[in-house]
Amino acid sequence: MKENYVIEAAGLTKQFGTFVACDHVTFKVHEGEIFGFLGANGAGKTTAMRMLCGLSVPSAGHATVAGYDVYHQADQVKKNIGYMSQKFSLYDDLTVAENLRLFGGIYGMSRRQIKEKTAILLQELGFENERDTMVRSLPLGWKQKLAFSLAIFHEPKIVFLDEPTGGVDPITRRQFWELIYRAADRGITVFVTTHYMDEAEYCDRVSIMVDGQIRALDTPAELKRTFEAENMYEVFLSLARTAIRTDS
Amino acid sequence: MIVSVHNLKKRYRRVQALREVSFDVNEGEIFGLIGPDGAGKTTLFRILATLLLPDGGTASVDWLDVVRDYKAIRRRIGYMPGRFSLYQDLTVEENLQFFATTFGTTIQENYHLIKDIYQHIERFKTRKAGQLSGGMKQKLALSCALIHAPRVLFLDEPTTGVDPVSRKEFWEMLHHLQHDYGITIVVSTPYMDEAMKCDRIALMQDGQFLQIDTPQAIIAGYERNLWSVSSDHMHQLLGHLRQWPQATSVFSFGVTYHVTVSPDADANRLRNFLAQKGHQHIDINPISASIEDAFMALSTTRQG
Repeated sequence: MKENYVIEAAGLTKQFGTFVACDHVTFKVHEGEIFGFLGANGAGKTTAMRMLCGLSVPSAGHATVAGYDVYHQADQVKKNIGYMSQKFSLYDDLTVAENLRLFGGIYGMSRRQIKEKTAILLQELGFENERDTMVRSLPLGWKQKLAFSLAIFHEPKIVFLDEPTGGVDPITRRQFWELIYRAADRGITVFVTTHYMDEAEYCDRVSIMVDGQIRALDTPAELKRTFEAENMYEVFLSLARTAIRTDS
Repeated sequence: MIVSVHNLKKRYRRVQALREVSFDVNEGEIFGLIGPDGAGKTTLFRILATLLLPDGGTASVDWLDVVRDYKAIRRRIGYMPGRFSLYQDLTVEENLQFFATTFGTTIQENYHLIKDIYQHIERFKTRKAGQLSGGMKQKLALSCALIHAPRVLFLDEPTTGVDPVSRKEFWEMLHHLQHDYGITIVVSTPYMDEAMKCDRIALMQDGQFLQIDTPQAIIAGYERNLWSVSSDHMHQLLGHLRQWPQATSVFSFGVTYHVTVSPDADANRLRNFLAQKGHQHIDINPISASIEDAFMALSTTRQG
């Protein structure tokens, strides 16, 4: 069977002065996979993610995302990925439909495509009555679900989610993961960071970064076996304890 | 009661941020406000820290009224807002010095209080606060909130966005402050697992309290029948469990699903039902609830 990889990173490195934030990171992500990207604060996750999204230039090594080189073809990378962070994803003072039109337009979708996809998306989320509601007045949980749908509105090959469920109530957090599963079923690769260790269990494979390096990468079941751990929280603890570089 | 809140209300234009909440905090207690963003936790803290006026109701801190005696209260509390709000252009030490001086004390006088926390960052004391990492900022902010030896600490989501290891360390520091110095701590968090680290908690949603009690009592009061279910096809299992008439809710919990079932539900029937759908290695176990199960049950009951 020929393997299709949507992310291939080889020796990816980022150095700020003498500080190596991301240290020769090598890994591959399969098409349609839900890939959990874990690590303590300061382990280098954000730096690695910024390079993969074409937002930061690697000091050494290379990576391809959706088939494009992150250094030489950063614009192509950006067109073929979706991105959602906890902090910013939507314009508060635009309506739901306006946000969709704006993002669709930025990604070069036609008016017709935008119109058709808007109708489908609103129906799927049960948001038909919120079409003309200002995003500002939506409950947080709704905003997060809308932000995710927006991140995959242009049908990217891969979507990067940076702590998408931080501060979200427990029910919405689970509904959010059901949206992630649905996207993965459609073949969209999901690259996600989280501080909730139960969510690490929902990933197909998980990598754990320590001191700028990937120290472990496997399925949650295999990681638990390797580290003789009951759950992913214990796996995380035993790896994070090996950190030399401390955040504090 | 070192903190006493009675029918407190606050509205911002169309949003009712607090709907008549009441609670008391005992001296020396760690009291947790547990709830998602938008529950009203920050509004409550801002009123207690005398930074915001309530629309109705009363609140007192250390037996002083938050509206009338606001100046006196400010000397007796330490407040750590959710957003980092120290002076980014001052160094670590200058920030600490500033807060000590503002409250008419010195770093030396109360150093014992902050020693355990501050020694983690002391070697960076000449670094500007704006250049610290997240974990270091959090420790500096806690040191600054403590340097005048407050009677009560108000901590608004100190662990949000913090990794599990640093969160564990942070809670160890709080228990240490409680145990050694008897400081009362009111702390909010969106992480349900942290509820277990508090003496008492208020589960909060949409500006209301769902329940106030010890975490143990809230769990003990969980009345539904709860099963943990797994099989070799977890993905399909979710939909199949939702089709089963006796299942009232199905939520993922790490490697299994937590299913609430009606009182007459029979595990063998469910086993057969799932086997017919093609599942193997079916595992069904009655379990006791976690605080997260309790929160979800209470919040769905409230929503009707």
